[in-house]
This record gives sequence, C-alpha cells and structure tokens, in this order.
Amino acid sequence: MSAHALKKIYVFKIFERIWHWSQAALIIFLLLTGFEVHGSYGNFGFEKAVNYHTIAAWSLVGLWLFAIFWHFTTGEWKQYIPTLRKVDAMAKYYLFGIFVNAPHPFRLTVLKKHNPLQRLAYLGVMLFIGPLIWFTGWFYIFYDKWLAWGWDTYLTLEWVAFFHTMAAFMMLLFLIAHVYLTTTGHTPLAHIKAMITGWEEVEAEDGK
Amino acid sequence: MRFVQLLLAVLAGASFAATANVPPVAAAPAGRAAHGMAAAGPAAAPKANRSTADHSKFKELRQSFKSGPEVTKACLSCHTEAAKQVHKTKHWTWEWVNPENNQKLGKKHIVNNFCTATASNEKFCNACHAGYGWEDDKFDFTSETNVDCLVCHDTTGSYKKLPGLAGHPTYKDIEYPPKSGKIVKAVDLPKVAQNVGRTSRATCGACHFYGGGGDAVKHGDLDSSLKNPARYLDVHMDAKGLNFTCATCHATQGHDIPGSRYTPTGKAEDAAHMRGKENKGNAASCQACHGSAPHKATDRLNSHTGKIACQTCHIPQFARAQATKMSWDWSTAGKLTPDGKRMQIKDASGHHDRYDSNKGDFTYESDVVPEYAWVNGKVKYTLLGDPVNTQGVTRINEYGGSPTDGASRIWPLKVFRGKQPYDLETRSLLVPHTAVGYGEKDDSGFWANYKWDAALKAGAEAAGRPFGGKFDFVSTEMSWPITHMVAPKADALTCTQCHSKSGRLQGIKGVYMPRRDANGILDLIGWLAVLGTFVGVLIHGGLRVYLGRKG
Repeated sequence: MSAHALKKIYVFKIFERIWHWSQAALIIFLLLTGFEVHGSYGNFGFEKAVNYHTIAAWSLVGLWLFAIFWHFTTGEWKQYIPTLRKVDAMAKYYLFGIFVNAPHPFRLTVLKKHNPLQRLAYLGVMLFIGPLIWFTGWFYIFYDKWLAWGWDTYLTLEWVAFFHTMAAFMMLLFLIAHVYLTTTGHTPLAHIKAMITGWEEVEAEDGK
Repeated sequence: MRFVQLLLAVLAGASFAATANVPPVAAAPAGRAAHGMAAAGPAAAPKANRSTADHSKFKELRQSFKSGPEVTKACLSCHTEAAKQVHKTKHWTWEWVNPENNQKLGKKHIVNNFCTATASNEKFCNACHAGYGWEDDKFDFTSETNVDCLVCHDTTGSYKKLPGLAGHPTYKDIEYPPKSGKIVKAVDLPKVAQNVGRTSRATCGACHFYGGGGDAVKHGDLDSSLKNPARYLDVHMDAKGLNFTCATCHATQGHDIPGSRYTPTGKAEDAAHMRGKENKGNAASCQACHGSAPHKATDRLNSHTGKIACQTCHIPQFARAQATKMSWDWSTAGKLTPDGKRMQIKDASGHHDRYDSNKGDFTYESDVVPEYAWVNGKVKYTLLGDPVNTQGVTRINEYGGSPTDGASRIWPLKVFRGKQPYDLETRSLLVPHTAVGYGEKDDSGFWANYKWDAALKAGAEAAGRPFGGKFDFVSTEMSWPITHMVAPKADALTCTQCHSKSGRLQGIKGVYMPRRDANGILDLIGWLAVLGTFVGVLIHGGLRVYLGRKG
C-alpha cells in the first residue's frame, strides 16, 4: 500500500449518511420487489411485492424531498456540478493505474468529496435514472386516474412499464458498479467505513 | 289439507326425480321446496307482511276459478294497467329488435345450441311464456287475459306450468309425463290467486333456473341452488344474510325488468345510482350500487375497474353448486336400443345423462373456470337464414368488444359448444320439431319418432323457412356472460391467477399486465448488461487482488 501518511477528514455529515444508507436500503428493496412484480423471480409473492414496492417508492420520494432540501440549504448540491477535468485520468486510473498502485489522480477534500467520475455517475443517477423511475412510477401508481385526467391519450401502460423497467436495470447496473468501486479505497472497506462514520482517511499531502 | 299438500309435494318431488331427463316442469318442484324450508314455501324469507293488501280478503279472488285467464281477469279488475305493461316486455313478446343492427332476437326468433328453437315446439317450450295458450303462430299477443300473472307472483310454490300444455297449468289431475303412471294434481287456482305477492327467487327461477331443458343446464350461474343459497354461493342472495331476490338488482318498474343478455352493459357507468336522480344506466349492474371504486383506496384494485368487469374476479368459477351442461352434440341423437327404445346413459357422476336418444351427447361440468373476452354489450346473432361457417365454428351469438373502444370490460363467459342441424342448401341453421303437445300424436316430432327429416321439415314449416331436404350438423358456440353467484370477497381471484405467464387472462389482448407481459428484448439486454457488469467487476477485482499480491 501507499507509503504516504494518512489523515482523517470529516466528509459525510450525519444527514448525508442517513440519507445514503436508507436510500441504499430502499433502492435494493425496490429492485427486489420490482423485479418480482416484473416476473423475474419470486420471493414475497406478487401481491405483497406490489404493496411493498408502492410503500417503499413513496418512502423514497419522501427521502428525496428531504435530500433535495438539504442539498440546496447547505449548498452541497455543488458537489454534483459535473466536470470533465480529469475524467480521462480517472478512467485511466481504473483501467490501468489501480493494478499497479499508481497514485489516485483525485485528491478528496471536504469541498470536493466526489471524484469526477463519481460526480458524473451520481448526477446521471439523480437527473436521469431517478426522474425516469419517478415519473414512470407515478404514471403507474395513478393509472386509475388516467382517464379522468386525460392522460390516457398520451400514455400506454406498456411503454410506462418499458421505461420503468429500463430505469430499474440502469439502477441495478449502477448499484453493482457502485458497490464494487467502494472497495477501491486504500483498503477494501475504507470507503464503506467512511460512509458509516463520516470520516475518510486520505493521504496527507506532502508539505502540508 | 296440510297432509294433502305434503303428500302432493312428496309425490311431485318423486315424479321430478324420476323424470329428471324430461325438461322439468316450469315451476319450482314442490318437493324440493318442502325439503329445504317447508314452512316458508319457495321463497327463502319468511313471508314478511309488508304489503298493504291481503289478497285472500278480496272478494274478486274468492271464486272457483276454472282457468288461468279467469284469474288474470280478476287481477286486471284492480290492476288495470298490468297486462298492458307486460305486453311491452320480452317476457310476453319473446321478441326484441336490437336497435344496433335491427336483428330480431327473443326466444321467438333465435336459434340456440341447446334445445335450439321454439317454433313448432311452442306447446312444450312455452310453458315458460308468461302467458296462456301460445301453442302455434296464431297466438293472440293483444289479449290481456292471456297474460299469466301467477307464474311470477305465486307465493305458494304450488303453481306449475307443465311443458306440453302451452303455458297453462293443469286444471285437472293428469298423468304426467304421459304413460309414466304418475299423476299431477290440478292446480288450486283460488289458493294461488289469494296468495299472490312479490316475485321471488323461486318464481323467477321456475323458468330461469331450468333453461335449456333442466336444472342448471343453460346458464351456469343460475340454477335451483339459488333458491336458498348459502353465502359462499351468492353473497347477495345468501338466504341467511342479505337475502336478495332477483328483483333487488333487477329493479323493476311497471313490469319492465332491467338487465338482459340481449342488451348487456359491457361497461356500466362509474357512479352508483342515487335515489331521486334519473339513472339511465342499467340498474342490474354491480356499479349501480357499488360504483366503480369499491375497493380500499390504498390498494391497487380500483385501478383494475376500468378494464375488468367485477364479475371477472368475484365470480371465480361458475356452476359452483351444481354441474352445468357444457356441450351438446345433436348429431348423435336418435340412436335407439335394439328393440327401438329410447336410451338414457348416465355420466360418471351418476347425476346427469351423457347420452339421451332424444338429444344426443352431452357433457356436464362443475366449478368451471370461465373463458374471458372484452365485452362492450353489442351482440350479433346467427339467425335463421344467416350463413353458417361449415369450415370452423359458427357463433350463435358474438359479443362485441375491444380493448380500445372505451366501452368494453373484460368479462367472464360460459361458452357452450355443440353440434346442430343446418340445411346443406341454404347453409343456414335448421329448427327441429322435437316436442309434441301433451296427449297429442304427432309423428313429425323428433322425440316421438326419431326421424330427422320429418322433424326438420315440420320445424322449417313452422318457422316459415325453406328446407331443401338435405342437412348436416355444424359446430356451434354460444357465449353466456357470467354475472350471478357472486362469491364472498375472500374467494375472489388472487392477483397471480391473472398476473402470471399462464394465467386466466393469458389470451386477452390490449392490456399490459405486470408479470404476464414484459418486453423480451429489454429484459434480454438488461440482464446481459447486469451479467456483463458483474463479470466486469469480478475480473477487475480479481486482477487487483492478483496483481496486488504479486506486486
């Protein structure tokens, strides 16, 4: 491992950690129930899966409302401003450098806690996969109101289900990659520890 | 007197049991009523004295009536408009013109794939006509005294119209069925007349439970078990519970009874009917009471009501108390024993015939899972003169409906299949003359001499149709929307009975159902991507571990 000295910085505040882990639990649960409703496997039984899925979905909506509020009041939303700087370096690192203990091209600070690839990935989750899932999910939930609200002219359940399922697959892909990439810290559990305690160990910069 | 009644009831019951293969008497067999609730008669409820009139006190009814029409005359002396009202109904005309396509329907005109048609068989079939004396095409439909009030308003259970008497009860003791050695006593008209009242499950059921030639034969959701049903069979008619009569839903005004297979409501309007408000919709729909959002707001069930008829989930099977006839092959009728006698062969259950020389081959089934289809209420019949499909199946009736017309819901159907005669020349259905009038000698009747040529010729003549002399049998199919015998909610279909790859609505098009339907390409690409990502991280992680150790 690295010979550099380590220092601890407080990266993830309590709200963020609660948000992250409850969101993680809800998303995994939604994937489980959702793919059961979809017919990919069986576990809870269709009826329960449908009910749980709906409850979990609304819970996640509530959580996101809090999270959005928190991000804007604290200014933390800036953490997700996308940048292409060093994206190529990050990609190169994951493709080659990581195998030969090359130095991580991104230095984590409290003000920049996500590396450029993370920023892009999380922004994609929040601005693309998230809304796609929410809107198709809401269309689904309010299916019985389509006629009254005049939506039946524009929507078919078949396409709503298609995009909802597509977004679910993307979320599952994200989940797998995301969980794997948590193991790429200076120890395999370092990032997960940080997400639990809030404290991330980073390499102390020389001369500082 | 009471002893005599009881004896009569037992006798009638015994005769019914012995002649179960003869299309039954039109009224409730008294024996069964006595067996079930002796004191209450045919109606399940104890006679609630809610009426403001006691008909036994009317001097008009204290007569020694000689015939049905005499009773009717007495009825009409007070109920001046009653016959005029009945004259306008299908119960009287047996005719109804479908305004959608001008098809003349009604029992007078249609040919079904049970007993087929009434023409030439009036004396027999028209035991279920709400009138007296319809024995051929000369019947006077303008006669008020020919209206039969008693068949619907009897409360004694003793009023019976025997097939063969052209809609009359018997006014003298007769041997019935002929040559059976059994005697049916004359109906006690004064007693019946003095005990008239509201219609009941038993009076409606006297005909509607026995359609197609026997108990439970025709509908699958209407049979004599509804006289005193338990809750599991019918939550609304539950004799110990809500105890609905037929007219509770078929809310009748001026003898005009709502709800008909000729004009079914595929998609009843959404709101429940309100008193005092003019309701143009069908009073006999579920929605007329329950509206279209009857489930708990929190569960997903209300989002089904736009596409699925209530009956689809809440009548999970039909024929739940008694087996119903599911097929009838006329082409094998007429086989006799070596000495020329009629054969009746029981099926495995021992309760029903699987073969009868009079009628051919049958199958009976109980707890039948319905077939399902989009139904919008429009219906087209294959009538006399219409071409049949000799290559495939001719549909006696075809309900309209589609997922996109905005007027359909998915309905459960009993689909009755059979084979029946058609004319090789006109390629149209034929009417067999089967039954003969009581005590008559009529060689052309199929049930008298088993000769198709004579029977079809006589039938065609009576129906005013040509008959080329050559005939064959064609496969036919008739659909019966299932709407009665609503089960308790605990017995309703569960989600996965439809939401599965091989569920009940497997063949229904035009609606996306989670778990039944999925976009196969999306699933394939999705799971390949998941697998790819998974393998990718495994390789990546493996390399890290391997190279890390090495380094």
